[in-house]
Amino acid sequence: MTNHWIDLKNADVILIMGSNAAENHPISFKWVTEAQKNGSTLISVDPRFTRTSSKADIYAPLRSGTDIPFLGGMIKYILDNKLYHEEYVLNYTNAAFIVGDAFGFSDGLFVGYDEKKRSYDKSKWAFALDDNGVPKRDPSLKNPRCVFNLLKKHYDRYTPKRVSEVTGTTEAQLLEIYKTYGATGKPDKSATIMYAMGWTQHTVGVQNIRTMAIIQQLLGNMGIAGGGVNALRGESNVQGSTDQALLFHLLPGYLPMPSASIESLAAYNANFTPKSNDPRSANWWQNRPKYVTSLLKSFFGDKATAENDFGFGWLPKLDDGKSYSWLDLFDSMYEGKFKGFFAWGQNPACSGANSGKTRKALAKLDWMVNVNLFDNETGSFWKGPGMDPAKVKTEVFMLPACVSVEKEGSITNSGRWMQWRYRGPKPLGDSRPDGDIIVELGLKLKELYTKGGTYPDPILNLKWDYMTDHQFDAHKVAKEINGYWLKDKTIGDVTYKAGSLVPSFALLQADGSTSAGNWLYTASYTDKGNMAARRGQEDAPNNIGLYPGFAWCWPVNRRIIYNRASCDPKGQPYNPKRWVVKWDTEAKKWVGDVPDGPWPPLQNPDGSLNEAGRYAFIMTKEGHSQLYGPGLNDGPFPEHYEPLECPVEKNVFGKLLLNPTAPVYGSDADAHFTCDPRFPYVCTTYRVAEHWQTGLMTRPQPWLLELQPQMFVEISEELAKLRGITNGERVKVASARGAVECTAMVTKRFKPFKISGTVVHEVGIPWHFGWRWPESGKEESANLLTPSTGDPNTRIPESKAFMVNVAKI
Amino acid sequence: MSKSFFVDTTLCTACRGCQVACKQWHNLPAEKTQNRGSFQNPADLSFSTYKLVRMNEAVVDGQLKWLFFPDQCRHCLEPPCEATAGDPGAIYSDPATGAVIYTAATKGLGNIDDVIESCPYNIPRQAPDGTLAKCDMCLDRVQNGLQPACVTTCPTGAMNFGERDEILALAKNRLEVVKKKYPQATLLDPEDIRVVFLVSYAPQTYHEFAVASNGSFNMTRQVALRRMLKPFTGLISRLV
Repeated sequence: MTNHWIDLKNADVILIMGSNAAENHPISFKWVTEAQKNGSTLISVDPRFTRTSSKADIYAPLRSGTDIPFLGGMIKYILDNKLYHEEYVLNYTNAAFIVGDAFGFSDGLFVGYDEKKRSYDKSKWAFALDDNGVPKRDPSLKNPRCVFNLLKKHYDRYTPKRVSEVTGTTEAQLLEIYKTYGATGKPDKSATIMYAMGWTQHTVGVQNIRTMAIIQQLLGNMGIAGGGVNALRGESNVQGSTDQALLFHLLPGYLPMPSASIESLAAYNANFTPKSNDPRSANWWQNRPKYVTSLLKSFFGDKATAENDFGFGWLPKLDDGKSYSWLDLFDSMYEGKFKGFFAWGQNPACSGANSGKTRKALAKLDWMVNVNLFDNETGSFWKGPGMDPAKVKTEVFMLPACVSVEKEGSITNSGRWMQWRYRGPKPLGDSRPDGDIIVELGLKLKELYTKGGTYPDPILNLKWDYMTDHQFDAHKVAKEINGYWLKDKTIGDVTYKAGSLVPSFALLQADGSTSAGNWLYTASYTDKGNMAARRGQEDAPNNIGLYPGFAWCWPVNRRIIYNRASCDPKGQPYNPKRWVVKWDTEAKKWVGDVPDGPWPPLQNPDGSLNEAGRYAFIMTKEGHSQLYGPGLNDGPFPEHYEPLECPVEKNVFGKLLLNPTAPVYGSDADAHFTCDPRFPYVCTTYRVAEHWQTGLMTRPQPWLLELQPQMFVEISEELAKLRGITNGERVKVASARGAVECTAMVTKRFKPFKISGTVVHEVGIPWHFGWRWPESGKEESANLLTPSTGDPNTRIPESKAFMVNVAKI
Repeated sequence: MSKSFFVDTTLCTACRGCQVACKQWHNLPAEKTQNRGSFQNPADLSFSTYKLVRMNEAVVDGQLKWLFFPDQCRHCLEPPCEATAGDPGAIYSDPATGAVIYTAATKGLGNIDDVIESCPYNIPRQAPDGTLAKCDMCLDRVQNGLQPACVTTCPTGAMNFGERDEILALAKNRLEVVKKKYPQATLLDPEDIRVVFLVSYAPQTYHEFAVASNGSFNMTRQVALRRMLKPFTGLISRLV
């Protein structure tokens, strides 16, 4: 989230799309409810009428996989009707930037596409630069090559009629939502978006979110109270695990993972440190070398020296151009390309797309270690449906982990709040905290590598001192993440003592005098104490629910990021009633939330230029938010492509049906079909309030199983009639990859769509089930049906739109 | 000290936290259920289920509504079940809170079918051995200064509990606000019961027994006779 949970109450309009907050983030509805009580309008857009929709002021359905047309139409509406926040767009976004001559777009394809590699040469999308190397700008927005006009042109095709033909949403519904949401372009109005996996799990996942980000920028809704782009994370600590780099392409704190061709720290820094020639751009990532060196010092301690490149050579490297995502790992495992696998705190036999392929892949391993609370479909895959235990060679080890309440540590919630939790009961039986399992595993590896092995240096040089009395110490790790002064250092008139904790990431150094396990968390655990354990009940002076003394929030306890953009160029809030920060001209400082940097506003009170001022969006190289985003793999503007499996033969918007950069896998377990009469219905997957993830923690819980006892498929009354299916009977739902038995739930809450003049039916299934429990063994995972493809930027699988059949058993 | 609930269905998201919290506090077993083609489960209240979020899809004025009704005992001010049973050792009203309490002695009631029949909201449920059970207002919690489990767990503020006069004021205030958006909104039987529901549409759209059927509180002669004895039964109930 750019904002945070409590801040939802400040929104004038809340759009819930690509998520189902009432069911899957029930506590968030406390704040949605609060907003509604304050008179805000709740809009729910979902293929199915959900418990969220039941509370909405406006509901509209759309066919799964058509969010970009829906939102692209809104961009057009906002531009056509001049609903955008003009001053904001001009000052804070890259609307005025001139795009270089090489850029172009036609027939659904941007320039620079290489069909063989299925990727773009992004250098073709660069801005036109002036003599100083700064992007050229046209503040009059008249230049046809400026971002604003290119944006206009790009979405001119997204007319309500065309959008309606693709999404199945009626034109009247589209216009009602566009008008309501677009009205928040007024300076003192706010609107927020709550999204989740309904947007991410698509071959256009990142671009779904980009489309919304464009809308929020046009309306001036970024950085303000009740605004932002807000991802509702699927677990209480997904944000934390992302921050700590539980992704193959990142090191902690969103530092890029080096590839093999980057041979030195200097090369890494040269490659990944953006340079801006505009003195008014803070270009915060120019500090990246400080964060990387501090990270290496945290990993390798005294062994990391300037002479040995701070141990940069010991970091694992990616093969250039190769992806190591979930989809790629299991594809590789399916090909028998690796021997061993730790399934740690996860249940891939049910949780990932195309689980049938995953289960077969597990049988190709020599060994697997399953670290979890209970045995699950993954640990027992060898005796699962369709498996012959005698033929499975994989040796499976089970390490029982204790549950979160049985250990101390922090979680970081969707709103970036790091919250410390104390231990409740002691771990049950032989189960242990994950931290203990990891540190002991590390110690054992070190012991084994002292006896020899291929390239032992990285393991032997790891600092690995996270224990107290032979047990994992969460406080030691939290302090390590925050970082230490490793030498006495004087900055200005303050001397920081070696061994003390670094109070802010602004003080981290590139010379090896500081450590930080994650620069974003520097300031979370300082000599003042464990900030995440704070439970202050007082609000900030602006009274908008920031509660700065409760827990701690990255970065530097800033509760609403991009908050400089909530003010006009003189530093005065666009919305005085719900202000986030404002420039105190007397005291010459910002008050309210922690601002995005200490620099003064862009203009003096008299409107003259303040040379010391900095642009609002400090994390982008140019200091401006990106209406035009030349960094993504699939284009600088979001464009509609159909899902890998879809019910239409033509893409109304261009020649290409599928995102040309989406990964496609070719094993015999990766069959997929579009417009195939055997699989005529769109299917989507979702959660229910009553179960959690693959159900490992909830299916064995009798009170929860009582509420949702069986796998089900929701189908419209019209489709039920067509297929002769009665409510409550068991049916088979099948895709090109597998079949699952479900109880038919015939409902008014799904309605057939009219897509380009034809009727398209959509059905939906929850993904919480698996054969291991309930004991009937008949309630199976939705992911046996989902396809192995995903977003070209993140490689999150496309579990939200694919094609199935529904038949009586 | 007379207590009441206010159930604002306009805020209920049917997360069913209340339903589970009720089972947890009372340590009630889960029922072995099947998906019957509905999110609502179990199908009905039972000896092991005191609280049930009823879920109903309805088309009102051409628009689809999914209506949620967290059903439970209404703790009537003058409970027909108590009067019909006529045995304060089996059914009594807690004098401090007004909670209507069923004891293990309900098993021995001679007219148990009449007791069940007398409830205008179709609440009491019987175990195979004949014992009756239903919501007890979490009296043990309330006597120790806590809110009922269903109220504590509710994330949206749909479930509210407190002093009767304050709760009635809250309900009436909320009705005024809700009416602007839903002109048909009403409070259900607020003067007769301690669990006051606010609904946006006709009560029967939510649940057949959402509101007392006409005449339910018109007493039979038998009930009237027992009512005359109430001072004594009240006294006895305090001694139990």
